[in-house]
Amino acid sequence: MEQSTNLSALGRRADARRRTLRAFTYLGLSLWAVLVLFPFYWMVLTSFKSYAAYNGEHIPVLYTLSPTLENYRQAFTAVPLGRYLLNTLIFALVTTALMVAVSTLAAYAFARLSFRGKDLVFGLFLSMMMIPSELVVITNFVTITDLDLRNSFPGLILPSITSVFYIYLLKENFEQVPDELYRAAKVDGTSDLKYLWKVLIPICRPTLVTITILKIIECWNSYVWPRLITDDQAYFLVSNGIQEIRENGFGRENIPAMMAAVVVISVPLILLFLAFRRKIMEGVSRGGMKG
Amino acid sequence: MEIRVEHLTKRFYDRGRRQTTTAVSDLTLTAPDGALMGLLGPSGCGKSTTLNMICGLEKPDEGRIFFGGEDVTDLPPEVRGVGMVFQNYALYPHLTVLQNILFPLENLKGAARPSREEMVRRARETAALVEIEALLDRRPRELSGGQQQRVAIARALVKRPRVLLLDEPLSNLDARLRLQTREEICRIQRETGITTLFVTHDQEEAMSISHRIAVMREGLLMQEGAPQQVYDDPACLFVARFLGTPPINVFSGEVRRGALLLDGRAVLEVPEAADGPVWAGIRPEGFLPRPDGPLRCALSRVEVLGRDVSMVCTHPACENGSLRAIVPSRREAEASGGAFALRPDKVFLFDREREIRIPFRAARA
Amino acid sequence: MERNNRKAWLYLLPALILLGAFLVYPLIDVLIYSFEEGFNFASQTYFGVGLYNYRYVLRDPYFLQALKNTFLLVLITVPVSTALALLISLGLSSIRPLRQLYQTIYFLPYVTNTLAVGLVFMVLFQKTEYTDGLVNLMLSWFGSGPVDFIDGPYWAKLFVLCFYTVWVVLPFKILVLTSALASVNQDYYKAARVDGTSRLRTFTRITLPMISPMIVYLVITGFIGAFKAYSDAVALFGTDLNAAGMNTIVGYVYDMLYGASGGYPSYASAAAILLFLIVLTITCINLMASRRQLQG
Repeated sequence: MEQSTNLSALGRRADARRRTLRAFTYLGLSLWAVLVLFPFYWMVLTSFKSYAAYNGEHIPVLYTLSPTLENYRQAFTAVPLGRYLLNTLIFALVTTALMVAVSTLAAYAFARLSFRGKDLVFGLFLSMMMIPSELVVITNFVTITDLDLRNSFPGLILPSITSVFYIYLLKENFEQVPDELYRAAKVDGTSDLKYLWKVLIPICRPTLVTITILKIIECWNSYVWPRLITDDQAYFLVSNGIQEIRENGFGRENIPAMMAAVVVISVPLILLFLAFRRKIMEGVSRGGMKG
Repeated sequence: MEIRVEHLTKRFYDRGRRQTTTAVSDLTLTAPDGALMGLLGPSGCGKSTTLNMICGLEKPDEGRIFFGGEDVTDLPPEVRGVGMVFQNYALYPHLTVLQNILFPLENLKGAARPSREEMVRRARETAALVEIEALLDRRPRELSGGQQQRVAIARALVKRPRVLLLDEPLSNLDARLRLQTREEICRIQRETGITTLFVTHDQEEAMSISHRIAVMREGLLMQEGAPQQVYDDPACLFVARFLGTPPINVFSGEVRRGALLLDGRAVLEVPEAADGPVWAGIRPEGFLPRPDGPLRCALSRVEVLGRDVSMVCTHPACENGSLRAIVPSRREAEASGGAFALRPDKVFLFDREREIRIPFRAARA
Repeated sequence: MERNNRKAWLYLLPALILLGAFLVYPLIDVLIYSFEEGFNFASQTYFGVGLYNYRYVLRDPYFLQALKNTFLLVLITVPVSTALALLISLGLSSIRPLRQLYQTIYFLPYVTNTLAVGLVFMVLFQKTEYTDGLVNLMLSWFGSGPVDFIDGPYWAKLFVLCFYTVWVVLPFKILVLTSALASVNQDYYKAARVDGTSRLRTFTRITLPMISPMIVYLVITGFIGAFKAYSDAVALFGTDLNAAGMNTIVGYVYDMLYGASGGYPSYASAAAILLFLIVLTITCINLMASRRQLQG
């Protein structure tokens, strides 16, 4: 029996160790959560501090007692932030809509139609995923300049439309829809386009929604191409806008106003994320890469 | 080593429905030393939870677990001395068969840890026991389902556990392999003499290899005993229905003045049974085809499947839809025209409300 | 099934035109650019064909600085972020209450604008004449002197860049590793527990081998991503990265193409192709190393 009590003690000790480990786990996880959230907190906080109050803080203060909306007013009046937001919205929506249309058609051709050279073309498609955007951006810059499309929406949008990865994702999804549905539709005399519109798209809506959201996020955050192709503020997107604000906007010192602009830029995406959290995370974990 | 559980209860909190469900309720059970015991029941009856509590992966809310005389309820799994074979075998895919079998031994610490040569010797010995010596350098994905099963058993046995637990050991195998593996488990258990508890939802499997079976339903133990005894003497309608292929035929009937009435006609003397509505269960082999028999059914067809001749009939009081009787020959079946006499030892009466057995004194037919 | 050649090509046409114009043609063109010597953007003329552009780029101190910065960034952030993501994912998968909340929080950096939040990081780390900044305040609690992380010594700037990069790339890695961990069959862990496997041994012998394909994937994509670092640096140090001494290879390419020192597509092309070759080499080495490790 003595051995048995020893063993019970062993069990209790294992329990105690498990509890300590759990406490440390929560501690560590919370620490990282704070590190992630703090910049967001800081930007919101600073955006509510008045210019004078912020610059008067030799030692940064973690709260404010007299919040002000002045910075937000400034962000929209002193610099054309509203214009940037509108530009980005137009850019994101048009690019995404075109991307979805083009990708759906291409994916349908790969998934459902049979034509000569399909495997070869699809193989070439897949290999295009390897081409880094940094490499092609140079010629695209020259092309768009030659076409006289700098500082225009077509110039911004055209090279950003196609995504081989999303075509691939959609094709895989379309292929999961059983063949019988297609044959049944053919027997009923449904045209390919109608089958795509009435059957395939409704069935694959979850994936379409996912790639739409991912593309919108990508557009909202795109920086390199818009920077190259626009030097007229009237066509700036938010990323370039924020850089412009930082370098020339309020003057380098008006940090609270900059933070207000940052908040305005970040909030739409965060709301979008919170609304479609599950879809976005699922889509990203299927291989969506940033940039 | 005898396994005994007393008043074992386990509740789970269901977050979706915000309530607790009782997976196992006040279960008391004994597997005698050296026995091969089957824990039988439909899916969701709590048998796997019971197994997990015995092996220590889950803690019971109430009740104790004893191995031999020793209370192991609060012990972590590794010191209980249990070997467990998982339903999908849980073989580590990146390790070879030998490495898989060695794995539990390599976990041992201090004085209990054998030398490397000793470990390999024991692993090979165990591999020989389950007859997989030739496969030691392969990886699990290169093995058939039956071979994987053997590796899993070897891994469970290599640390010489006090008890062996098997979770649905045959469910991932095809029908032919299942029969073969059944024999194999029997043989290994006999050779090692280790007390073995296995979980299954397949009554045929449990009946064919166990020394004892325990039938569970919705967390409750319905009946425990030797397989044939449980089959011949079911304690309730559930157990009677659960055991046997083809399944038992259930009729809604009535006992009046010592006779069983089906659809208003007396079909069997049931002395000492109280009057009232009952369920009558009749095993397929309890029907004796007699042209003048008291139970008159409408014969739909006669099926001959290998050795068995079965008569498929309909009867207004029969709950199964159609009843199925196993009879000695086709000639007899056709001659009877669907009329039967009944073997009293194959007829069970159950209370209509509580579905528990109502005994009667069986006279010889 | 009948072949519908014409229709299929019609469906593919928009994608093919766009990909051809903006992906395939540029790929070929950039190679040509990189060998055209003395290309004049205004007159679209060049003197000759050769390796001069590459020689120029490889001797350009700005390029060498960018090369050094990028390599340091890659060598620091890839191991750090992968290890940290693994640690956090392990923690996440071992808890039940609050897990969703943590997961949501950890993912936030992925959906934020790199430029915008970079500005916040700059503010937190910056030292100005008015204030030493929050990070320096915290450093002073430990008795360290104020350091200007944005406009100060090289190591400090590199630290901020690495820190911000890790902050930005971690959400993706945590997400991938968490789902990899979740896809490991729980029976393996149960079996390990029944066998009394210690936590460390369970991790090294079971968890790690099971999720190693995902770790390899993360390391490779991590290398590729880090080699292409650019906007993080812009966010922290502004567009004139050469002046800040914090340029990256991609930044060098863009600066050559456009901006204060721009107008040299040939040099930009040569640098871009050099970058591509570096990434290709490293990826191949990674793949070979991981294959050997997976087999061993």
